[in-house]
Amino acid sequence: METAREEILSKIRTGLNRKQDEPAPAVRLKPYAGTPELFLKRVHAVGGKISRAQRPIDVRSYIADALQGRSAVASNAPLLHELGITAMEGVKCGFRNYTELREACSKAGVGITCADYALADTGTLVMLSSREEARIVSLLPPAHIAVVAKNRILGGLDELLTKVPKPGDLTSSMVLITGPSRTGDIEQILVRGVHGPGEIHVIVL
Amino acid sequence: MIDAFEKKIGETLADPALQLKIYTNTATLVDKRKTAVSEEAFPEYQELRTKANALKRHAIEHLDLYLEQFEANVIAHGGKVIWCRDATEVSDFVLNLAKERQAKLIVKSKSMTTEEIDLNERLEHHGLEPVETDLGEYIIQLRHERPYHIVAPALHLTRHDVADVFTEKLGIPHDTVIENQTMTARGLLREKFLAADIGISGANFLVADSGAVVLVENEGNARLTTTAPKIHIAVAGIEKIIPRAQDLGVFLKLLGRSATGQPLTVYTSFLSGPKRTGEIDGPEEFYLVLLDNGRTKLIADEAKRQSLYCIRCGACLNICPVYRKIGGHSFPWAYSGPIGAIISPQFLGIDHTPKLPFASSLCGACADVCPVKIDIPQVLLDLRAEVSKSPLEHRAFRIFAWMMTHPAIYRLSAKIGLKLFFLAKLAPPAKAWLSQRDLPNPPEKSFTDLWKLRAKKS
Repeated sequence: METAREEILSKIRTGLNRKQDEPAPAVRLKPYAGTPELFLKRVHAVGGKISRAQRPIDVRSYIADALQGRSAVASNAPLLHELGITAMEGVKCGFRNYTELREACSKAGVGITCADYALADTGTLVMLSSREEARIVSLLPPAHIAVVAKNRILGGLDELLTKVPKPGDLTSSMVLITGPSRTGDIEQILVRGVHGPGEIHVIVL
Repeated sequence: MIDAFEKKIGETLADPALQLKIYTNTATLVDKRKTAVSEEAFPEYQELRTKANALKRHAIEHLDLYLEQFEANVIAHGGKVIWCRDATEVSDFVLNLAKERQAKLIVKSKSMTTEEIDLNERLEHHGLEPVETDLGEYIIQLRHERPYHIVAPALHLTRHDVADVFTEKLGIPHDTVIENQTMTARGLLREKFLAADIGISGANFLVADSGAVVLVENEGNARLTTTAPKIHIAVAGIEKIIPRAQDLGVFLKLLGRSATGQPLTVYTSFLSGPKRTGEIDGPEEFYLVLLDNGRTKLIADEAKRQSLYCIRCGACLNICPVYRKIGGHSFPWAYSGPIGAIISPQFLGIDHTPKLPFASSLCGACADVCPVKIDIPQVLLDLRAEVSKSPLEHRAFRIFAWMMTHPAIYRLSAKIGLKLFFLAKLAPPAKAWLSQRDLPNPPEKSFTDLWKLRAKKS
């Protein structure tokens, strides 16, 4: 008996009756540089809170204010350690074990991460899953704080796809985050924080 | 004969509250799209539509090659591909896997493809617990309904309807505040996410050169579905394939803007395979179900094949004067609106839905807003030609053709017709129509008479 795979492929081949293979049409990506100003403006436009920091102490004091006494989980990104964020009061970090991380993220009020890239023209954070950045730190807690190094800001999607033409070679999960989690499913009234964080802070250093 | 389709249309038209909901909700989406694709906001729009059409055409014309490439890349990243001819093969696969892994609770993120094959009902029938996690889908699952709209499944409901079903099904106090309703769902569904054994998602795109599935959403439920449970199953129609990751530079810019007016949705996930060595979280098993379910039937027809280009943005529903009157549940399958009118008859077979290709005024608005430039009106016309005519209609057209090819008979019948015109007004269909309208009386002299007169004078 023909397998489903063979049957589907043979139906397609018979139906197409292709004489010769053509190359895929070229896609003209238009990479252009992004600025921190534009990026933060766009983050603000999609409902994120924004800050620019010059020194590590600026980042820490912004985060201390933003936490408002809430507990936080920090990712394993080296930058967070270098900036002294992992040593802040109420910030848990250093999780290598998934079960423990999940437990901590379920209870935490805030998740703190870096971003691998940021897209200026849409105000987007780009997160690649790795040993440094788990997926759930930016997902389970009701608030997310992202620290973005200035040199990680790209113009937009085209520049990202030029820099990372095959995300699957690097990670099992690349996620683009543009603003807080939202829904309009009931009467198209905007409600934030339906499943992911309803509060996002972006600090550019 | 009045079928269920026509009965539902009658009910929808007779419900002023429902009419208002459909009209205002689609109008909001129309406005959002219009602003987002305007020349000032998005100058590349037309260029990208043309490119998207070319890419989809190319992908479908080389579908066999891209599916094989996609499969090889999924396997290379540690995932598995399951090819399914139909609904039963998909549910059999999920049921067997659930049995082997002793899984019961399944969280689901929004997927029209699983709606198409009634996957939830099939799984429930065998004792599994599939839970929809998109807020709109969760609400309609509680109501045991189909999605009303491709993008906005609960478009036909108000906060009052939601309060009613939450009280009835969840046993919570009646609350009509939308924020509270949303947070209730968040709390209940969060428990499901953390307890679920399997997560089932759909796929917005399958990327051949990466073996990746791309998911686009605003809520975060698709991220949770594909991250929290140990097993991720993505169910996708075979036509979802795009050649390269860089093609997303075309499609993502069009999809969000066409659907909800967003340059990018809140979350775009690019997922390839289970979690890798060193990564802290993510599913341990990754399965990609490739579904045919009638799609290969379209491949042989070069013109109708374009129906497979659809990226499910819903723009054609919002703009459609027919959808805006008859709503989403008047369509006989999961897919409604103009795109539903062309894919349902083709996937299911035209004899199952012979009236669908006629549920259109052919105004062409759907083709104007389609981000991948599907010529929906042309496909509708092609399908109409395929619907076998009724014997009565067939005979009427033969008499008409005979009259038109015999001028003397035509002239005679025109004369008699003018004299007996008043009778037509009394016949039942015209009578009902004319109860609200006036029909001008026919002129004293026909065009032929006037032409003769004119010829005499000159």
